Amino acid sequence: MSASSAFNDEKGGSSSVGEPEYGHDPASGGIFSSDYKRHDDLKEMLDSNKDSLKLEAMKRIVAMVARGKNASDLFPAVVKNVACKNIEVKKLVYVYLVRYAEEQQDLALLSISTFQRGLKDPNQLIRASALRVLSSIRVTIIVPIMMLAIKEAASDMSPYVRKTAAHAIPKLYSLDPEQKDQLIEVIEKLLADKTTLVAGSVVMAFEEVCPERIDLIHKNYRKLCNLLIDVEEWGQVVIINMLTRYARTQFLNPNINESLLEEGGEKTFYGSEEDEDEDDEDKDKKAEVATMAKRKPYVMDPDHRLLLRNTKPLLQSRNAAVVMAVAQLYFHLAPKAEVGVIAKALVRLLRSHSEVQYVVLQNVATMTIKRRGMFEPYLKSFYIRSTDPTQIKVLKLEVLTNLANETNISTILREFQTYIKSMDKDFVAATIQAIGRCATNIGEVRDTCLNGLVQLLSNRDELVVAESVVVIKKLLQMQPEKHSDIIKHMAKLIDNIQVPMARASILWLIGEYCEHVPKISPDVLRKMAKSFTNEEDIVKLQIINLAAKLYLTNSKQTKLLTQYVLNLAKYDQNYDIRDRARFIRQLIVPTEKSGALSKYAKKLFLALKPAPVLESPFKDRDHFQLGSLSHLLNAKAGGYQELPDWPEAAPDPSVRNVEVPEWTKCSSREKRKEKKVEKPFYSDSEGESGPTESADSESDSANGSESVSGSEVSGSGSESEESEEGSESEEEEEEEDEEKDKKKKKKELKKKPVQESESEQSSEEEEEERKHERKSKPRKSDSETESGDEEESESESSQSESDESESEAEVKKKKKAAQSKPPAKPVKTDGKKEKKEMSLLDLDDFEPAPSPQVTPVNSFLSSSLVTDLEGLSLSDSVLSPATIAPSSALKSYELLHRITGEGLSVEYCFSRQPFSPDANMVAVQIQFTNNATSDTKNLHMEDVKLQSGMRVKEFPEIELLPAGETTTAVMGIDFCDSTQAANFQLCTHTRKFFVSIQPPVGELMRPIFLTENEFKKEQGQLMGMNEITERLTLDVKCRNEHTIVQRVTTAANLSRVPCGSDKECRFAGRTVTSSSLVLVTVATKEEGAAQLTVNCEKMVIGTMLVKDILQALTQ
Amino acid sequence: MIHSLFLVNASGDIFLEKHWKSVVSRSVCDYFFEAQERATEPENVPPVIPTPHHYLISVLRHRIFFVAVIQSEVPPLFVIEFLHRVVDTFQDYFGVCTEAAIKDNVVVVYELLEEMLDNGFPLATESNILKELIKPPTILRTMVNTITGSTNVGEQLPTGQLSVVPWRRTGVKYTNNEAYFDVVEEIDAIIDKSGSTITAEIQGVIDACVKLTGMPDLTLSFMNPRLLDDVSFHPCVRFKRWEAERILSFIPPDGNFRLLSYHVSSQNLVAIPVYVKHNITFREGSSQGRFDLTLGPKQTMGKAVEAVLVSSQLPRGVLNANLNASQGTYTFDPVTKMLSWDVGKINPQKLPSLKGTMSLQAGASKPDENPTINIQLKIQQMAISGLKVNRLDMYGEKYKPFKGIKYMTKAGKFQVRT
Repeated sequence: MSASSAFNDEKGGSSSVGEPEYGHDPASGGIFSSDYKRHDDLKEMLDSNKDSLKLEAMKRIVAMVARGKNASDLFPAVVKNVACKNIEVKKLVYVYLVRYAEEQQDLALLSISTFQRGLKDPNQLIRASALRVLSSIRVTIIVPIMMLAIKEAASDMSPYVRKTAAHAIPKLYSLDPEQKDQLIEVIEKLLADKTTLVAGSVVMAFEEVCPERIDLIHKNYRKLCNLLIDVEEWGQVVIINMLTRYARTQFLNPNINESLLEEGGEKTFYGSEEDEDEDDEDKDKKAEVATMAKRKPYVMDPDHRLLLRNTKPLLQSRNAAVVMAVAQLYFHLAPKAEVGVIAKALVRLLRSHSEVQYVVLQNVATMTIKRRGMFEPYLKSFYIRSTDPTQIKVLKLEVLTNLANETNISTILREFQTYIKSMDKDFVAATIQAIGRCATNIGEVRDTCLNGLVQLLSNRDELVVAESVVVIKKLLQMQPEKHSDIIKHMAKLIDNIQVPMARASILWLIGEYCEHVPKISPDVLRKMAKSFTNEEDIVKLQIINLAAKLYLTNSKQTKLLTQYVLNLAKYDQNYDIRDRARFIRQLIVPTEKSGALSKYAKKLFLALKPAPVLESPFKDRDHFQLGSLSHLLNAKAGGYQELPDWPEAAPDPSVRNVEVPEWTKCSSREKRKEKKVEKPFYSDSEGESGPTESADSESDSANGSESVSGSEVSGSGSESEESEEGSESEEEEEEEDEEKDKKKKKKELKKKPVQESESEQSSEEEEEERKHERKSKPRKSDSETESGDEEESESESSQSESDESESEAEVKKKKKAAQSKPPAKPVKTDGKKEKKEMSLLDLDDFEPAPSPQVTPVNSFLSSSLVTDLEGLSLSDSVLSPATIAPSSALKSYELLHRITGEGLSVEYCFSRQPFSPDANMVAVQIQFTNNATSDTKNLHMEDVKLQSGMRVKEFPEIELLPAGETTTAVMGIDFCDSTQAANFQLCTHTRKFFVSIQPPVGELMRPIFLTENEFKKEQGQLMGMNEITERLTLDVKCRNEHTIVQRVTTAANLSRVPCGSDKECRFAGRTVTSSSLVLVTVATKEEGAAQLTVNCEKMVIGTMLVKDILQALTQ
Repeated sequence: MIHSLFLVNASGDIFLEKHWKSVVSRSVCDYFFEAQERATEPENVPPVIPTPHHYLISVLRHRIFFVAVIQSEVPPLFVIEFLHRVVDTFQDYFGVCTEAAIKDNVVVVYELLEEMLDNGFPLATESNILKELIKPPTILRTMVNTITGSTNVGEQLPTGQLSVVPWRRTGVKYTNNEAYFDVVEEIDAIIDKSGSTITAEIQGVIDACVKLTGMPDLTLSFMNPRLLDDVSFHPCVRFKRWEAERILSFIPPDGNFRLLSYHVSSQNLVAIPVYVKHNITFREGSSQGRFDLTLGPKQTMGKAVEAVLVSSQLPRGVLNANLNASQGTYTFDPVTKMLSWDVGKINPQKLPSLKGTMSLQAGASKPDENPTINIQLKIQQMAISGLKVNRLDMYGEKYKPFKGIKYMTKAGKFQVRT
């Protein structure tokens, strides 16, 4: 393939712009050989082995596509390359495929299997892009495949893939609306997702697929409000718009009372809705005075407040769409007194590009009609510059007119005077209209305006004069008797003005007020009769009109003229005019046939007409949601969701409750709010507290057992109450967690006054830190960006978090268990005390609570002892799984939630014991709880889906799980030293549930015993690429060796290596599958500085482990 | 949301099209061309045009219309803002956003558009993320790619996608660590005939160029933060900290970005740096008009006023202008009637002036309007509002960065009515 042929090809391409493509027709091949050859060229390149040639060919094809040329005949050649290794070629093939798949459905199917394979790829980018392309191919046959892929991706561990799944939902919906119900299920699932990445996309999908299912939002409302600030900007817009609608259905009108109070002063507002509101209010008032009196002290729903508070900072966004979205939210939802804040931000947007200005000004114009006061301070920002485009000028003028009132009218009129001199005549015309409107709205300046306009009548520019005439006509209608001079002046103008509208206006004026100008009017009619045939239609109609009116008032002078005009009109080309002439003749000229009507002709024609109201074209536009396309066009656009009216009575606010019952919430709301802001970001804390999450429940259990052994009866009482609350609801909100933590803290303080001062200090410190620093961002970025695998722990944590309630319920049980089994405790009393101290200091921290069972990995025990114990527990676990009580020292994760499992809840934890049937497997202990009222039978697993190389040893089928009972089973999974999830179906006798188990990296290893020398030797062999070193600053509470050891071993299944130096802690283990060594060294230095070194053959494991340990040590 | 995008050049040709959903025929642009014809000036084409089946939302940048086709309700600003972001990205990638640049890089453009929107909904618009996905074309890279066949497309998911600091990529390394901040203020003013100020506001921005290794956490504090009346931040700025302490605390994106834009309210008295003495008259019946313009410094706090450029749209009746500039050069375009005078630096000892006559169309009546005068200027090393940065600190990294802050005042929309 030479460069010259490529060049020719390009030329061939450009020469055929706009021509139809013949290339794909074989018959025409001979004639259009150059065309055909070109494609042969490309095909050849695509078939070659060299990636560079393929790339070149694809680039040229894409360029063709971009120019809008048909390249569909290359489809088979291109599709072949869909599995190409070169990622850029692949991407370009995707681009091509998406463009032409719809036209070549059969051939497109060839590529599907590649994407299906891609969906399983370990690289999340590839999974995501496979899903993206698969869902973009608009081929109906693959709908089921798409559906399956979306469902699977919706529970992917990578939030990026889940986001892509959210994007795919509307695509599938537009391809096959039949799938709606299934898609709604996926949406529901994704709505519960707690990562900011997903939030915006899933709400977008919600808006496109099922905007009417407002009930799906309830449970996620608070979460969305809290996440909002961290969602990417485009998502923010969608979420805010959706929440506006939501709030309109769920909360009461905050202005309900104000509009009552302001009844007297309401005059200044001429927004009709306001008035209607009032009317309604009046009716209301009469109807139910009593209730109104009760309702008077309106209390805003705390959730309503939450929304307003959390959106306000977004007014500072750099994205105009976000600012506009917040502005419309405030306009539609906020109490009148608070709406003002948006004005400043909107005025700021006026500095932006002219398109942005255009949209913003449209919205401001609507707002100024209802809430004029809001923009009055910014009057000068709407002054017009000669460089503004005309459409902007006109809109600014509109705003200025709306803002005009008695106090500022003189400045505005002075401004208008300069505008009238502008070179832009359209703008001048608009200015004259605006003056007219000011004059009608503000009585004081009417005469001034009128005089000004009359002066304009002598303007040289005809357009200006014409416009003035039209406006003057309207003004005169208000008080005609005073202004016969002006009418006379205008009658003179008729000779010069050619603009039809202006001529028509003058004629109408003279006709209407012919009594004020009795001498001139017949003369005008005479002139008009002369030029009748040459006039425009509207002028002709007005001439007939004038004639009729004059005939009625002054028939002596004008009878002949009128008849002449009517005769002319009778033969006019326009049927309207002929009709009118016939009608008027019948009406005014009395004949035998004419009935009673002609007697009243005068009354008909010269009735007192109401003065026109000059009103803004933006009046009443606010029934469209502001900022929407429909508002801009003042017409309902397709897919527009009406903004519902406020409900009469607020629907049950408790539907939004996620965890804590309302009473707790209200009492501590204020406190909670503050916390929310100091709190690290939502998603973030999830990420980082992933591994620690269940520690929370553990600390609970610690409290529980503490209260048992101690004396604080009330403490344990409230504790159990809390866990009851917990088990009542489904999900756990972050801040509520914290609130609980605080409570716990307090409780514990009570119990242990000795430590009070210390802990108080530290908690204060903590708070201060959070409040001022918003530390979260850097922290999170650290943790997240270090390795792309963060999302795994995140998704886990979201699981473990959501099962908080579950584990709490469990805690309660455990407590009982602890009560019944006190002897188990003394085993580790020491350790426990240590830990409890810690929990006072830092609640997010790990806290392996005491358990009746031996914790298999513990650095305090010598490793040989560990193995001994392992041996012991091993037999236990395999032979009689039931004897293993749910170990609270181990973090348990939710496998199946009680709600989704229809009463069956399943949790799993990594028991850290060797799995006897196969040493290469990680033992996973599964606990089944049947919360339903009926028994569950035949619990077993099926349809295991694994990444290649992974294996699973299923747990034995559980024949029967009676209602209310709990049982455990152990299964083994060979994760192949990766953190890929094992997906399988959990089957009962009635149902099947898709579940997945995903290990934290720390669970993929088993502890081994090494001496110091061995350790050093091994470490020496794992240098360079295999060594990862990180500097860190240890958490304040984690500066002694003891805690370091404890935290590291909790994060990873490693055993401690004895060490001579007290500045270093060493740990060793092997990965379960490949038995690669994992060596961890933590060297402490002054002031809490430390260095973490991980040596591991498997670099991926090493990096992930570093991150996990780092997190464990720094928090 | 966004269905398709068409790029239309100044002569009305569609030179690029991209579809995110099923293909929309380019004939839909006929409605756009109609509207374009109706509008006298290109900037008067309505940004939103309804057609029977679609809505066209367009922006005009660099004389290219970016026309987005949408089918159902969507906030128009959402689309407009996105289109502007697209243009900014192109500019960022290719240096300029012209038809030629887009045509030359059509593949990169296509790849970018593919990443920026998924099914019409924005996916990645942060330039740092995009640059990790698709590397900007440079001459060197193009050469290397042709030789080695390597690609411009990144294989890994950009780390930024998943973090809360999507604007910053990880693993940034520089040998010279430096952070520059430009405080640029623009004065928007309307001065009336008699020289008194009708309205004047200051709009400012802080543009930053940060090249720092690792994950630095910066704080920037002002001597007089209360001056700032209304601010909008880059997403990296921690809003709460600003609310509480009036300190800008942020992890900066890598490279150039706009940290902050602010507004100094019109309540504060705005110093007007120059005054204009003008005498522009047309006499009735004569085909001559007088033009007399003198500029002088007003409140400049001792700094020199530079790069002064005066422009004015003269009335249509003016045929030609015969002027004499005491300094700089002037041009008059008889077609557009645009007079522009490149003054340069104002010397307070010898004020620049432009005097002479204008010839009018014979027989035409005297124009009843006087032209407005637009002024551009620059004042270095001064922020006209008096805003001063107090200090810039860096946390989270150990090295000492080089820090620099520059102030500048410009005229924004500065108009003098005559």
